[in-house]
Amino acid sequence: MTPTPSSTASTGSTHALFDDVVRSDSSLRRFLHGLPGVDQVGCEARAAGLGTRSIKTTAKAFAIDLAIRMVDLTTLEGQDTHGKVRALASKAMRPDPADPSCPATAAVCVYPDMVATAKQTLGTSGVNVAAVATAFPSGRAAMDIKLADTRDAVEAGADEIDMVIDRGAFLSGRYLDVFEEIAQVKEACGDAHLKVIFETGELQTYDNVRRASWLAMMAGGHFIKTSTGKVQPAATLPVTLIMLEAVRDFREQTGQMVGVKPAGGIKTTKDAIKYLVMVNEIAGPDWLDPDWFRFGASTLLNDLLMQRTKMTTGRYSGPDYFTLD
Amino acid sequence: MSRIDVRKTYKLYIGGQFPRSESGRSYVVNDAKGRLLANAAQASRKDARDAVVAARAAFGGWSTKTAYNRAQVVYRIAEVLEGRREQFEAELRAAEGISTAKARTYVDAAIDRLVWYAGWADKITQVVGNANPVAGPYFNLSTPEPSGVIAVVAPRGALLGLVSVVAPLIITGNTVVVIASEENPLTAITLGEVMATSDLPGGVVNVLTGSAAEIAPWLASHMDVNGIDLTGIEDATLATELEAAGADNLKRVRRPAPDTDWLAEPGLDRMTRFLETKTVWHPIGV
Repeated sequence: MTPTPSSTASTGSTHALFDDVVRSDSSLRRFLHGLPGVDQVGCEARAAGLGTRSIKTTAKAFAIDLAIRMVDLTTLEGQDTHGKVRALASKAMRPDPADPSCPATAAVCVYPDMVATAKQTLGTSGVNVAAVATAFPSGRAAMDIKLADTRDAVEAGADEIDMVIDRGAFLSGRYLDVFEEIAQVKEACGDAHLKVIFETGELQTYDNVRRASWLAMMAGGHFIKTSTGKVQPAATLPVTLIMLEAVRDFREQTGQMVGVKPAGGIKTTKDAIKYLVMVNEIAGPDWLDPDWFRFGASTLLNDLLMQRTKMTTGRYSGPDYFTLD
Repeated sequence: MSRIDVRKTYKLYIGGQFPRSESGRSYVVNDAKGRLLANAAQASRKDARDAVVAARAAFGGWSTKTAYNRAQVVYRIAEVLEGRREQFEAELRAAEGISTAKARTYVDAAIDRLVWYAGWADKITQVVGNANPVAGPYFNLSTPEPSGVIAVVAPRGALLGLVSVVAPLIITGNTVVVIASEENPLTAITLGEVMATSDLPGGVVNVLTGSAAEIAPWLASHMDVNGIDLTGIEDATLATELEAAGADNLKRVRRPAPDTDWLAEPGLDRMTRFLETKTVWHPIGV
């Protein structure tokens, strides 16, 4: 399987490239299991090594602003209220009310029933609304319910849909089921962008992460996302590294770019900068853009703002000066 | 075969742990006669930042413990110190070049000071709080509450001076980041070992060793520090700068006091300086 790269590739042509692969369960399995295995020790050492880079002064200021622009400000709690979503949306538009030069975040990420509220507050600010759909976070529901969930969110105005894959099907080797599921949800999304959540904490091996990445990209996902944030471990550097390698290789083969979104457990500016270094080194500078890399986070934003304030004022800031969530 | 020396590495005391300085730096500490005593960690601004984070994290739990419980913990520090008094006497003799009798006096005084402050924990509210007289059907009650995270520049007295500035702050429920005396930092770290084994939750007291002139400005301007005690600052210009930096978030400031007689009874001022008075109106029941 060596498809020729095409600079004009669109979502439709991706399908065509992999027609042979996704024809049957066995051909898909042959392809996914034919992907090179991940060297676990090497991968973890490489991720740790990239985490030691020292990013200071102007580079750090650039990284902090970029990271703020990449945040999907998230609230996914049973106790969410319309008031909390409105507050979160206001924060996404003006993260630091004291400093107009502070950029807005990329999106707010909420449950489908909160999409309308978020959309109403965000208006035309340019901050997107992302909704988690398909029986998030477990993904354990019938297919028609998952599709209805997705359509509901899109009709309410969601710009992006974060779906979860059926890990049970994936782990028992029914890859074609997962593929069909992603493809159907994508169809239900219409114009909305689709992010595919693997829940890497449940996939057991790095090899599985690589397989899931290719599966989701072949099915037409616009973004591949590590975790729901509800399962530990959530996003880790080695897992994100494997996904970045996958999107890089996918572009080499198809000419098409896919975004990556680590989510859950990224709490400090230091962590965020480690991820950005990895994006630059593994996938390339093309991915250093909110259209192609996102952080799923809630507490991270406050730490970014505190570091940003430290850089502009020259003194350490404190959590008292930023909203709680 | 002769035994190999087991020498102690003096590190910092932050959040209940004993980390080396983030900067990897250390400096030479000499005894009173100018001979090498040991190397101490030279804390950087990032260590100070980490210490503030640890102190802030510890504040919620420590300030909401009952006064009675805080008294028990501080009394426990005195107990453990008493059990290790020979080590402290030896350290004081080496560091300050004082006589055996004098070292014993200082250790006695430090232990007694802890016990004295421990006794104040559940009494300070009665003394400085009040039921205020009002002309209406209300109670009007004032109670003292801890300010929060307090940065302290400790004076020269390696043990007694340090205990005398830290104990009054923690007994009322504040948490502390203290810069130990630059000349005599080793006893401060040994005291950290005592505190770490005295049921004092990690982060309530954090000890930094190094240059006060380097670290103190970062603590004075830190927006998450609620007060700064400049007792050990001997340079008047630096003291003024630190006070000015502290004004940004209206820190409570205690001005330098280089000539304090640490053996004298201290009075309440070191406790009350870093307390906030909360006054509430409460309707009288029908």
